[in-house]
Amino acid sequence: MTVYAQPGTAGSIVEYKSRYDHWIGGEYVAPAKGQYFENPSPVTGKTFTEVARGTAEDIDRALDAAHGAARTWGKTSATERAIILNKIADRMEANLEMIAVAESWENGKPVRETLAADIPLAIDHFRYFAGAIRAEEGSISEIDGDTVAYHFSEPLGVVGQIIPWNFPILMATWKLAPALAAGNCVVLKPAEQTPASILFLMDLIGDLLPPGVLNIVNGFGVEAGKPLASSPRIAKIAFTGETTTGRLIMQYASQNIIPVTLELGGKSPNIFFDDVARADDAFYDKALEGFTMFALNQGEVCTCPSRALIQESVYDSFLGDAIKRTEAVVQGNPLDTDTMIGAQASNDQLEKILSYFDIGRDEGAKILTGGHRADLGGDLADGYYVTPTIFEGKNSMRVFQEEIFGPVVAVTSFSDFDDAMTIANDTLYGLGAGVWSRDANTAYRAGREIQAGRVWTNCYHAYPAAAAFGGYKGSGVGRENHKMMLDHYQQTKNLLVSYSPDKLGFF
Amino acid sequence: MVDEIKDEARPVPERVAVTAAATEMLLSLREQHGELMFHQSGGCCDGSSPMCYPLGDFLTGDADVHLGDLSLVGSDDGPHPGEQATVPVWMSRNQYEYWKHTHLTIDVVPGRGAGFSLEAPEGVRFLIRSRIFSDAELDRLLAADAL
Repeated sequence: MTVYAQPGTAGSIVEYKSRYDHWIGGEYVAPAKGQYFENPSPVTGKTFTEVARGTAEDIDRALDAAHGAARTWGKTSATERAIILNKIADRMEANLEMIAVAESWENGKPVRETLAADIPLAIDHFRYFAGAIRAEEGSISEIDGDTVAYHFSEPLGVVGQIIPWNFPILMATWKLAPALAAGNCVVLKPAEQTPASILFLMDLIGDLLPPGVLNIVNGFGVEAGKPLASSPRIAKIAFTGETTTGRLIMQYASQNIIPVTLELGGKSPNIFFDDVARADDAFYDKALEGFTMFALNQGEVCTCPSRALIQESVYDSFLGDAIKRTEAVVQGNPLDTDTMIGAQASNDQLEKILSYFDIGRDEGAKILTGGHRADLGGDLADGYYVTPTIFEGKNSMRVFQEEIFGPVVAVTSFSDFDDAMTIANDTLYGLGAGVWSRDANTAYRAGREIQAGRVWTNCYHAYPAAAAFGGYKGSGVGRENHKMMLDHYQQTKNLLVSYSPDKLGFF
Repeated sequence: MVDEIKDEARPVPERVAVTAAATEMLLSLREQHGELMFHQSGGCCDGSSPMCYPLGDFLTGDADVHLGDLSLVGSDDGPHPGEQATVPVWMSRNQYEYWKHTHLTIDVVPGRGAGFSLEAPEGVRFLIRSRIFSDAELDRLLAADAL
């Protein structure tokens, strides 16, 4: 067990600066309007640094820098770009513990997760795309004996990326690694709840990229995100967030005729068929852990398994064991490596979760455990902590239909396979799903039947770089992860070449 | 003795309301940005939150339902005494199907929303508080073809 000292206190391995400017053209640049905003840690609710409050002028300046670098960066060899991505990964690996503590402090998530998941996954993501771009090939189609179609991939140019706050560094990496590998320059706007950890990272890796290739402008959505998303100077916009902003970003993109990638969340079903409980063995234990995954990252995951569907015949016994497992989740100081669940990322998230406890109760859903704010006392008393919560009710209830983005699962039962599929697909979203069964045929058929982009089968919340991730239905457009992402950040250039000396004879 | 109001004479229940604190915030935002609108969001991160935009900035269409209009009147004790404004509230039609049995009140809490909602720089976040319509209210909504 380790308890890391709070950044800024004696013995901490992390020192945040007292102020962060924008990162533009390979250096820190003060905001045009000279304004900064406070950045509180969800761990204590207290401000630990202040961050530049960007506006359209800052976005323009970042776009100038990106366009200045784009031509050269886009012409570098895949080998050169891969070497840089690998160096970024190596630098992050050498500083993993420090980055992990910094991110935990800014986001409120347990350091256990940043040490074991967020940062190692981000490192691997850079390495994966370093490899993928080296191995990428164009194609040749022999149209006829004298005519050949060559297909080359070219970078889009300068792209905009808007990052969520739930995995500040990993979500930035999901967008950055393929974009940079493909030869694009980036203007990135972090979430206003987590603006500093990505700059903490830039202090470590900023010298590895040529100036202007990656530019970071912080600020509020309406002041900095909107000018970026609506700029005619970007060739693509990628966004992770919610549906209304997603639609707005599509509207802006339609005005500039540029592509979008949108990842807009879900209400993911986690389905437990009765054979899971056939034996009280390692697999049963794994399935119970799979149920409890709703509390991972405080439930602040787009793919949170926030609806659990349990087959009637084993409903009571499985749910009883699941409640015990949920109540064993250790909540505490996020900087303690024994802590399993930390703080919600912001006060408004906390308030929203609490408002869903009210609507759930009003609709007649039963709270089986949790259902309240957790007061951890001491200097954590003002942090944003919620006890893992299990609702029992019907799929038509709002707590079954809306993404609460907290450690909250809504549980219901199903009679048979078809019933399970009907309930699973009765949602506006289709990002993730979980299927648990010892029967390979059942698991396979369920996975194919569920309208979701990622169906974890006898596992949950794994995010390897080589598996495509993205939504069906209201959950968005496009994918992240997997080498197919290169295509999301590239144009296709076709050279159609005739090797015949003879005219067509038309004219 | 108060005359009993006949059922058919009762007004159709409003679907949306606004708290006094949110009213004052909206009147302040209106000074900076002009007329306003809300679109209720779904999905992750700041999902399930009401998004406030300059009127017309977010394009609504057949995919949306107009839930109603907030009638703002500034408090006599506040910075906008007696000031009046109207703010329309919209929601995606498919989301409405799951929400239509609930009455929504727009409130405001300290915090920092993501998205492009106008209040974020003020250090506050609009929040939806929900109440289930009573059976009588649902009957009246149904009778008015408003469900």
